[in-house]
Amino acid sequence: MSSLWPQIEPLLPRVQKPARYIGCEDGMVWPEHGGGKVAWLLAYPDTYEVGLPNQGLQILYEILNERSDAVAERTYAPWPDLESELRRTGLPLFSVDTHRSAADFDILAFNLSAELVYTNVLNMIDLAGAPVRSCDRDDNDPFVIMGGHAAFNPEPLADFIDVAVLGEGEEVVGEITEIVHAWITKGRSDRRALLRRLARVPGVYVPSMYEVTYADRADGGQLLAVKPLHSDIPSTVDKRTVADLGDWPYPKSPLAPLTEVVHDRLSVEVFRGCTRGCRFCQAGMITRPVRERPAEQVRTMVAEGLRQTGYGEVSLTSLSTADFSEIEPVVRGVLADQEAAAPRGPDGAAIGCGTTINLPSLRVDAFTVGLAGEVNSGRRSGLTFAPEAGTWRLRTVINKLIVEEDLYGAVESAFEQGWTRMKLYFLIGLPTETDADTLAIAELAKNCVRIGKKYTSRASVTISIGGFVPKAHTPFQWFGQNTEAEFRRKIELLRDATRRAHGVNLKWHDAAASTAEGIASRGDRRVGRVIERVWHAGGTFQEWGEHFDLRLWTDAFAAEGLSLEWYAHRHRDSNEVLPWAHLTAGLHSDFLWDDWQAALAESGVEDCRWTPCYDCGVCTGYGIEHVVASPVAPAGGSQGTGQDLARGSEVPVHLTVKALDGAVPLAGSAGGFS
Amino acid sequence: MKLRLRYSKLGKVRFVSHRDGARLWERALRRVSFPVAYTEGFTPRPKLSFGMALPTGAESVAEYIDIDLVVGVSIDLDDPTVIDGISDALPVGMDVQVIAERDPSRGSLQTEVTSTTWELAGPGIEPELLEPAAKQILAADELLVERERKGQRRIDDVRPLIRNLGPDSSGTRFVAELNTVGRALRPSELALAAFPGIDPVDVRVLRTHQWTDHDGERREVLSLPGVVTAPDESLSA
Repeated sequence: MSSLWPQIEPLLPRVQKPARYIGCEDGMVWPEHGGGKVAWLLAYPDTYEVGLPNQGLQILYEILNERSDAVAERTYAPWPDLESELRRTGLPLFSVDTHRSAADFDILAFNLSAELVYTNVLNMIDLAGAPVRSCDRDDNDPFVIMGGHAAFNPEPLADFIDVAVLGEGEEVVGEITEIVHAWITKGRSDRRALLRRLARVPGVYVPSMYEVTYADRADGGQLLAVKPLHSDIPSTVDKRTVADLGDWPYPKSPLAPLTEVVHDRLSVEVFRGCTRGCRFCQAGMITRPVRERPAEQVRTMVAEGLRQTGYGEVSLTSLSTADFSEIEPVVRGVLADQEAAAPRGPDGAAIGCGTTINLPSLRVDAFTVGLAGEVNSGRRSGLTFAPEAGTWRLRTVINKLIVEEDLYGAVESAFEQGWTRMKLYFLIGLPTETDADTLAIAELAKNCVRIGKKYTSRASVTISIGGFVPKAHTPFQWFGQNTEAEFRRKIELLRDATRRAHGVNLKWHDAAASTAEGIASRGDRRVGRVIERVWHAGGTFQEWGEHFDLRLWTDAFAAEGLSLEWYAHRHRDSNEVLPWAHLTAGLHSDFLWDDWQAALAESGVEDCRWTPCYDCGVCTGYGIEHVVASPVAPAGGSQGTGQDLARGSEVPVHLTVKALDGAVPLAGSAGGFS
Repeated sequence: MKLRLRYSKLGKVRFVSHRDGARLWERALRRVSFPVAYTEGFTPRPKLSFGMALPTGAESVAEYIDIDLVVGVSIDLDDPTVIDGISDALPVGMDVQVIAERDPSRGSLQTEVTSTTWELAGPGIEPELLEPAAKQILAADELLVERERKGQRRIDDVRPLIRNLGPDSSGTRFVAELNTVGRALRPSELALAAFPGIDPVDVRVLRTHQWTDHDGERREVLSLPGVVTAPDESLSA
């Protein structure tokens, strides 16, 4: 099929930021379609600026285009101005690479890292010209696949997707390609048979091959079971994990966009997985075990990537980059490589402004700050730390084992080295949180400013507050999320506590959006109808503050006769069948439950990279070991070895599961949850 | 060594903004390890300067960039691989056409360029209307257009900004030479004034020349090799 560019081009002068839609990036592939190749349209359901830097999408884009039996192009959510132009002119969703219609692709594959974009997924399927519900699609419609972290509870999207892929995509996209290729070659008939075949691929979950049963409304309407319809369909779907990151040095040709995007720099992933064991963190739980990229490969990928893109900045990404065994030699090596590669002036000195190394997700300790100082010779404007909770007690609950001395040491070191602004991330609404925990956030920030004032009168600390949303496959998956009112009350507490604190700024995320995120993150299939209603009511781009509208969600809940309270704010018990119980990230459910109980008992666990195994189930289950270059913990801070878990214990707070009035999934029905 | 380059911006890249274009240049020059000088100070910036901003969506065969090289470094401007290397590092549609050493006694692009020539085409800009529209505006003492800037609506006389108007040699496009002094007249604003009733969003715009004025002599900033640029060559008026 041909390019739609001649029809799209006249629309672009009518929309904001038209460079979002032109493609032409450095690193872009000019794919050749046809010849029975399986055509993948890799979709990111948010704006180009947010989606382009996504590494998962870039990796699969390259791996698929290297195959002889596949082509891959990309698409991002059109902003409402372009969407209305497309609908006005009858044009479909299109790829940004060669501006082909989405209808020309066999697979529409969404990368989903968060839940608020779900309505955009429906909108993009609709713009692609396919029926939004998977049961209405026929042999000529694309297969809709979802992957990414949100795929670990795909149930709210079960009615709209054909396939969810759990875990890492590098290998499984090839297996899917081969099966779809054979289906195309045989004449594209019997879509259901193909789905049944795909459902047997490890890591692939086909919702339509499973039957869901619920209790009667009178009995509370809980989920009873999710069971396969056929004997050849697995009763539990396990995630995919690549054993050795060194085998996958992607992206080899990183995409450098023509317009500014959110992470406008090169990214090189240094390891996957994290065993810090922060109990609120879904990413840390579902990406185990730890697999480090060989240090030499990191250096090569950085050098090659910078040369190809012309970027002057690189991010070494992971869930906790200071934990990379060879972080110091890699950082020094990268700086030396760039110094050697720079053009020379007549005096033989390197020309240019050097290379900035960005270390996101830093630990909170002085070692880390030293590292940050080493890589950041120029600007020292701001540095970010994430203590997550205000008191040591609450940090043992969430297993973010930072003692106050670590934080103050890090902050002192940062101000000493010339930084003037700190940003501290905290969550509110964590399990067992009391007002004393919340208010301690303000005290921590004030103490940090006091430290900073010794070094600069400009010292300031910004507290950034997020409302905690429990996620599937974490020890906190049983916890009832705080209500919007409770979030707001806690924010008000902090506003009062910081109002007169000079140098302390407070920022917070919209509490209402957290409620919607909570519904979608732990919802079952019945929530799909809610998402569909929100989309029908025009609720796209819900992750964008100016577009978010909680009333759309509460109205949809009411219309479906469902209880928001039951889905978002209710504590779950150990015997409840969770909507994702038939899906696994390799973590034993009793490990998660025991860790939840340990949390309530304020008992922390150390990082299993350097201490004995807790048998979470991942390494043993997959026969994959942690791949770390060093058998000893990295330097610095009590988060490494030497933490003293006995410190600071206060009166324990117990969390009990209580019956909530009328808190049943189906609002208005009789009976209660006990 | 101080350089001035002329380049084109055609096709899909016309939707890249002036600001994003500057970022593209920085990356492209780093990709080819071009020995660009950097500013001193806490946040060193490459010493690049651009001329008159091209509106997002407009194409051009006459864009300019000034590049300062590190003191003491010179490059061979006759080496064709220099131009090709930079063009390859730029996106499709952006190509370097001329590279020349810059006379340090001359001013910046912003101060040197006194007028620019544009070709306009699109629905409502019909061949039979070109000549009459040009004649009417050129004969008038004033041309009042209502413009909005910084939230303020005001009526401006833009006639002094118009140097020349007329059809191109093929008779299908409207050619306008506009002064760049003072508050510039946008090509789309001119199109609406000349062809009332059109939707200026539909107008395709191509910048073909940027002119300098020295001792009464008007010249293209850098003319294309093998092309003799005579001012007004395509204008019938």
